[in-house]
Amino acid sequence: MPLAKRIIPCLDVTNNRVVKGTKFIDIKDAGDAIELARFYDENGADELVFLDITASSDKRKILIELVEKTGEQIFIPFTVGGGLRTVQDIKEILRAGADKVSVNTSAVQNSELITEGAKIFGSQCIVTAIDAKRVYVESPEEAQQNVVIKVDNKYCWWEVYINGGRTPTGKDAILWGEEATNLGSGEILLTSMDCDGTKNGYDLELTRAFSEGLDVPIIASGGAGNPQHIVEVFKLGKADAALAASIFHYNEFPIEVVKRECNKVGIPMRL
Amino acid sequence: MPFNIAIIDYEMGNLKSIYKLFRYLEVKSTITSDPKNIKDADGVILPGVGAFGDAMEHLNEKNLITTIEDIVKEKKPLFGICLGLHLLFSQSSEMGKHKGLDMIKGGVISFDKTKVDKIPQIGWNNVQLLDENHFLVKEIPNNAYFYFVHSFYAIPKEKETILGKTNYGETEFCSIVCKDNIIATQFHPEKSGKYGIKMYQNFIHYCRK
Repeated sequence: MPLAKRIIPCLDVTNNRVVKGTKFIDIKDAGDAIELARFYDENGADELVFLDITASSDKRKILIELVEKTGEQIFIPFTVGGGLRTVQDIKEILRAGADKVSVNTSAVQNSELITEGAKIFGSQCIVTAIDAKRVYVESPEEAQQNVVIKVDNKYCWWEVYINGGRTPTGKDAILWGEEATNLGSGEILLTSMDCDGTKNGYDLELTRAFSEGLDVPIIASGGAGNPQHIVEVFKLGKADAALAASIFHYNEFPIEVVKRECNKVGIPMRL
Repeated sequence: MPFNIAIIDYEMGNLKSIYKLFRYLEVKSTITSDPKNIKDADGVILPGVGAFGDAMEHLNEKNLITTIEDIVKEKKPLFGICLGLHLLFSQSSEMGKHKGLDMIKGGVISFDKTKVDKIPQIGWNNVQLLDENHFLVKEIPNNAYFYFVHSFYAIPKEKETILGKTNYGETEFCSIVCKDNIIATQFHPEKSGKYGIKMYQNFIHYCRK
């Protein structure tokens, strides 16, 4: 069997709380966030991602405490992101016990953060998170500076958004992915803003463009509504890992069920 | 002296996750670069993430090379992890030629870009066991998954030192090596869920003997 494809539940946390509630655990505080992390660990998660969606520096201490407590209990890899702006921020999170950090807005604004982070801590622990949104054009000539792909008889490129998806940057997502990789980022966490929250499936064209174009693993995110979507993002999107939140949180589809569906069609899974 | 595992601190990588795992198992461990502490321990972990050349330099600066040699001579259990496995070998070609500890004959080379999908290998891969009765893999099934993060791998000269093998792309590499009191894994058992925890328990059991 080759390297397994990874299933990664994502926990959005703010002020010690997991924001998106869950059906099976009544989340009250970070203690419960750790309970949830443990639950996922015991039920087949290959990795965990914590995203601090408040991400203000005065709350950083709370996040660090959460990371420390999680590290006491969880013996699978975990990534922490949200508002990390400096090498010092990265250092604190890694020191608290995270295996990787994800950087997004701050890396777009200051790409040195990736270079420095990779140099000091190693490429394997610097994940660049990219929030991308489709921009449709009439023809490739209309957007010559961008990587334009034909999708269902239409043309589009993908624009990078920062500040939690609020601010468009004009930057081409695929080119930014290449740049981030060249700067030393060891993985890309790729979220489709068009698909996020829809539960209609991942942006397969976006994911495939990244997977085929870049030499580092691609974690696909945004749009998972059922196990078939995850099968598709591996088979057609060629992702290395699939990240999802609500389908796991509400226990609509336990991780084990998703993994069995993938395994049925020959996708290598850690069962 | 109470039972204690020394985790060698030579400023290469995150040692805390290993320390926390021992604490979870209610076993005392010490993160240390003091040769005396290391020699007094019941078992020694040589961890490591980073580049081979830097790692050897740090070990040398901290006078830890002879310490590790002494441990091995005294037949004390030594467990190398990831870069810690690489360091046990004779040499490495990671960013130039570097001499290793030469406790296990062989060399460390990079994955060939044309034979694997992506470098580094990041994720869960199977370990095929060549001796299912070895103490380290007790109650661990053949082909269980473990978590890997690496761009380089070791090629032992003496094939009988290979305890586990793993395939990445078209490359088959040694993922567990053992020789007398020395054992080492290319993967991170402290990040490999229940079978990784089991592996540390097996190591602790061996150290208690």
